[in-house]
Amino acid sequence: MSINHALPLFLAQEDSWIKFDLGALGDQFWTSTVEGLSQGSIYALVALGYTLVYGVLKLINFAHSEVFIYGAYATWFVFYGLGFRPGATPDLPVMELIGFLLLALVAAMAVSGGTAVALERVAYRPLRKKGAPRLVFLITAIGASFVLQQLIFIWRGGNAEQAIRLLRPQEVFELFGASVTNITIIIVLASILMMVGIDMFVNRSRLGRGIRAVAQDPDTATLMGVNKERVIVITFLIGGLLAGAAALLYMMKNPQGASYQGGFLLGIKAFTAAVLGGIGNLRGALLGGLLLGLAENYGQSLFGGEWRDVVAFVLLVLILMFRPTGILGESLGKARV
Amino acid sequence: MTTPNTASRRSLGEWWSNLSRPQQWLVLIPVVALVYALPVLNPPIISTEPGFDFQIAMFEVARYALVAIGLNVVVGQAGLLDLGYIGFFAIGAYVAALFTSPDSPLQKLPFLAVIPLAMAITMVFGVILGTPTLRLRGDYLAIVTLGFGEIVRLIADNVDPLRGQSGFQGVGHPPGTNADGSALFNNTDGTPWYWLTVTVIILVLFLVGNLERSRVGRAWIAIRDDEDAASIMGVNTFKFKIWAFVIGAAIGGLSGALYAGQIGFVNNQKFDVVTSMLFLAAVILGGSGNKVGVILGAVVVAYVPLRFLVIAEYKFLIFGLALIVLMIFRPQGLLGARQRLLTYGRLAYQRLLGKGEQVSSDTALVVEKNGGAS
Repeated sequence: MSINHALPLFLAQEDSWIKFDLGALGDQFWTSTVEGLSQGSIYALVALGYTLVYGVLKLINFAHSEVFIYGAYATWFVFYGLGFRPGATPDLPVMELIGFLLLALVAAMAVSGGTAVALERVAYRPLRKKGAPRLVFLITAIGASFVLQQLIFIWRGGNAEQAIRLLRPQEVFELFGASVTNITIIIVLASILMMVGIDMFVNRSRLGRGIRAVAQDPDTATLMGVNKERVIVITFLIGGLLAGAAALLYMMKNPQGASYQGGFLLGIKAFTAAVLGGIGNLRGALLGGLLLGLAENYGQSLFGGEWRDVVAFVLLVLILMFRPTGILGESLGKARV
Repeated sequence: MTTPNTASRRSLGEWWSNLSRPQQWLVLIPVVALVYALPVLNPPIISTEPGFDFQIAMFEVARYALVAIGLNVVVGQAGLLDLGYIGFFAIGAYVAALFTSPDSPLQKLPFLAVIPLAMAITMVFGVILGTPTLRLRGDYLAIVTLGFGEIVRLIADNVDPLRGQSGFQGVGHPPGTNADGSALFNNTDGTPWYWLTVTVIILVLFLVGNLERSRVGRAWIAIRDDEDAASIMGVNTFKFKIWAFVIGAAIGGLSGALYAGQIGFVNNQKFDVVTSMLFLAAVILGGSGNKVGVILGAVVVAYVPLRFLVIAEYKFLIFGLALIVLMIFRPQGLLGARQRLLTYGRLAYQRLLGKGEQVSSDTALVVEKNGGAS
């Protein structure tokens, strides 16, 4: 089905540079939805790292995308170290497969978490000691992002590591004609479980209360006996751990594997997701991630694949213009009533 | 700041401020003459040869200096962190390509007419991009400008009339021929391009310097230092922020057009975020808000990788590290901003006290003395 005849001539031309295909959107609606949800879950996990750090430090941690990509490389090296090579997906017994994936998960989380904590220690803590203004933090974050990215580039070169897959995508069930694979299910379930876990942690635990206290008012929190430095380190650590988990999921899904620049685009999109939901708001990150994933995939069917990133950026600009605090608003620091 | 280095700089600055205008000119003219003579002299230690053609290298340096001056208006003067400046640069380059390259179906224009056109079009884009976003502050503005820069690049990637990777060959150049009839401004000889760019830089410095000393410049400084206070004191912050954005955009477009002319080829590969960050690094390294500083920063960013080709591969790593270290130890950059809130402050000081005024090196990037206990 096409509605080309209903559109003005400049849109209807076969060779027009932007296609506007409502028919394709209709045909691929459910496929886009499934794809959008699984992609959105990964965005959401990375977005949590932005949101947590932003909530506590009021800092857009530009280098978080590199924290993520370090996790992706860790996953790749675990698989490589286990003797797997890019190419055909091996046939593994279920228990072994789960064991390997868990091993990769632990490695990715450790590497990403370690990177995030090291980043905080080397780049941001000296600035905090000096009480630098926010712009200085942002520029440092840009510098740190450069450094982390280039370290990988110098070590592994400009080519992406070919994806190594342990889990073969298999259709588990069909949703209105769109196939839902085991990978999609794992990604969505794992993300939602982790989001719920973090939400519980921040809202119920003692440390979580510390995080919320620092987010709300660092000085008063310090007076009340909260160890601000420790809270900040923990915040970075949690963000890093989640980015590591997201990295494993990303590597299971993404056919291109890991590249040194790969973090940038995903980082920007995760940030968009965080802003979309309301940066500083944990549940907003989930909402924003899923919405962005969906919007991107609908946009892709509507305008064509090459416009998918444009959709994400335009969405970012539009949200910030009209609703700078996002859909749910900033709320990590809000007291629970 | 009481380091000896800063002290000597300040006294140099004071000495400079105490000179009268004609005296300043007397010092400047030989310096400018030397700058013009550089590609011809090709001094042994400074020369980038045999690794890289020195005249082209000098043009690269001049191009970065022009970009840094433009970005400095936005970042240094008005305090708006713009991560998407490459977008304006790209628009300038594409306008030059679209109106001069035989690959483009549009009406061909002479290159010299295209330069003002490129500036005008980027100014329009400056308004288009600036108006809706300038209500945002700090980090958010930075992210939105980054988004705009990426949108420009992605459009260059995906819009067919912009020819994506195949790009535009044979972008025009200014008129003029050598004695043997070949074009004076060609792709292999950097010298005429360098002279042209240096001339443009001097003109732009005049313009920007006058703006800085005018009502507009004082408004920028007020906005940079405290936007709310400026707004309360009756500065139309929105209008002056747009001004900064538009003037910065025009200079970005101008440098983009010059770049396109020199290279003679424009495609989508040269306008990535990383380059945008390199532009920003030039401004921040040199000292945002200080024209001499940002030129110095641009020289460092453009010249060092060309002179020491062994480290060229690591340039992003080095500039990233430099940004981190600088922000920790010297957030105002190599040369801090000098501001004269009173246009005639110098004269008044000289008449009253018989000495130059104390110039402050505070910028938006330097911590306030009383605040910031963590």
